[in-house]
Amino acid sequence: MKARAFSYVRSETLADAYAAFAQAGDASYISGGQSLVPALALRLQAPELLVDLGAVAEMHGVTLDGDMLRIGGLTRHAQMLTEPLIARHAPLLAQAAPHVAHPAIRNRGTLGGSVALADPASEFPAMMLAMDARMEIFGAAGTRLVPADAYFQDLYQTALEPGEILVALHVPSVGPRHRWAFDELTRRRGDYAMVGAGLQGLFEEDGRIEHIRIAFFSVAATPVRVKSVEAALAGRKIDAALIAHVQGLIDAELDPAEDEHLPPAMRLHLARVLLGRLLQTVSSPT
Amino acid sequence: MSAPVPLALTVNGVEVARAVAPRTTLADFLRLDLELTGTHTGCEMGACGACLVMMDGVPVHSCLVLAVQAEGAVIETVEGLSERGAIAELQQAFHQRNALQCGFCTPGVLVNAHALLEHGGVPTREDIRDALSGNYCRCTGYEAIVDAIETTARLRAGAEGQP
Ligand SMILES: Cc1cc2nc3c(=O)[nH]c(=O)nc-3n(C[C@H](O)[C@H](O)[C@H](O)COP(=O)(O)OP(=O)(O)OC[C@H]3O[C@@H](n4cnc5c(N)ncnc54)[C@H](O)[C@@H]3O)c2cc1C
Ligand code: FES
Ligand code: FES
Repeated sequence: MKARAFSYVRSETLADAYAAFAQAGDASYISGGQSLVPALALRLQAPELLVDLGAVAEMHGVTLDGDMLRIGGLTRHAQMLTEPLIARHAPLLAQAAPHVAHPAIRNRGTLGGSVALADPASEFPAMMLAMDARMEIFGAAGTRLVPADAYFQDLYQTALEPGEILVALHVPSVGPRHRWAFDELTRRRGDYAMVGAGLQGLFEEDGRIEHIRIAFFSVAATPVRVKSVEAALAGRKIDAALIAHVQGLIDAELDPAEDEHLPPAMRLHLARVLLGRLLQTVSSPT
Repeated sequence: MSAPVPLALTVNGVEVARAVAPRTTLADFLRLDLELTGTHTGCEMGACGACLVMMDGVPVHSCLVLAVQAEGAVIETVEGLSERGAIAELQQAFHQRNALQCGFCTPGVLVNAHALLEHGGVPTREDIRDALSGNYCRCTGYEAIVDAIETTARLRAGAEGQP
């Protein structure tokens, strides 16, 4: 349970970090280390060089620019619960955060690390989809913004090319007509979810849904939106009949893999239950 | 390749400067280099909580922090907390309530309990369980641990209320 030996460099700029990574044959970035350090200890990963992003200034801080909240990649999970700008403009992250791991892990783990890793059972990556966030990525050609819908590609596969750095997350700020909700089903507190989901929608004054985004996690190789459900909800007011109708669409949307601990039929059942709860929650203003 | 890296940090109020191999975890650095063996290592992958220490004022798993990442940090281990009396009532309550048997989990539990009680007030039993959700105890069944922490919180709240 000890990592193989590696070299270590702490970079202070994106360019330095990118260059150090490129120069080494076999490098890994480290942010909070809460996924990487166990992977090193188990020797699931054994890079020759670790490039520590912890001192990169552009990756720190939370700022509001117009109606976009820019959350630096190094913002720790625990800050989702304490940062006033996040509570005000990206409340779904604050709602999801208590479900991510345990308090001490949240003191180290970073939003950028979580979204870069893109574990299909992770809360924050799915919330990027629900919030329609953009990923700020630094690479050979400078910085680009990738929408969440194009970012998650396959199991642990994202739009990040080898050596590219997830610098920050850009989240559209919620207004008075937005409603949102998060929940997950776990066996024990702090465990990865059996099924989880978050949603965020824009509602008319009369309670009709203008549009809504609903993202599930722990049901597929990536976090996934349930687009037929979103479409069926648009223009409608939530009531018991509508909830029952869209719960019926889940089976055609999701196709969970075989799992000896949780058969697909069970996961689909849990997804329907969760969807019902979340829609109930946002049927009155948040 | 993998040459030792200079490291300077503060541990239990003492400034320490050493050279460490990059792969050394903070837990191993504390235990092997500084011989502070109060911090325990169980799983070395973030699951058991035996290795918790205070880092810049918040609890972290020292098995999930590389020593080199603690450059400039202020670390406090269970030894430090104990020596400056910060957890004296907790230790007393653990003793009275039989909140430990083998004691393997106890340093980590004490660090998390200390961090929780630093927020002040009397946490609910749910809050206490939530704070300890990353601590495995294979002996006590947790009930006595929650009791001891609750008792200490009440004691401190009561003491503050005194003139
Ligand atoms: C016991 C335990 C329970 C956990 N439970 C949960 C849970 O319930 N839900 C959950 O979501 N997570 C959970 N986690 C994982 C935790 O949230 C991690 O902190 C998080 O997934 C990764 O963030 P990090 O900053 O620690 O990343 P690191 O561990 O530093 O890095 C993770 C990966 O991303 C790469 N990387 C990191 N930052 C960047 C970047 N900016 N750009 C490009 N690549 C980068 C690294 O090279 C590495 O491959 C758990 C962890 C543990 C140990
Ligand atoms: S040794 Fe660190 S959590 Fe188990
Ligand atoms: S007292 Fe033995 S593990 Fe907790």
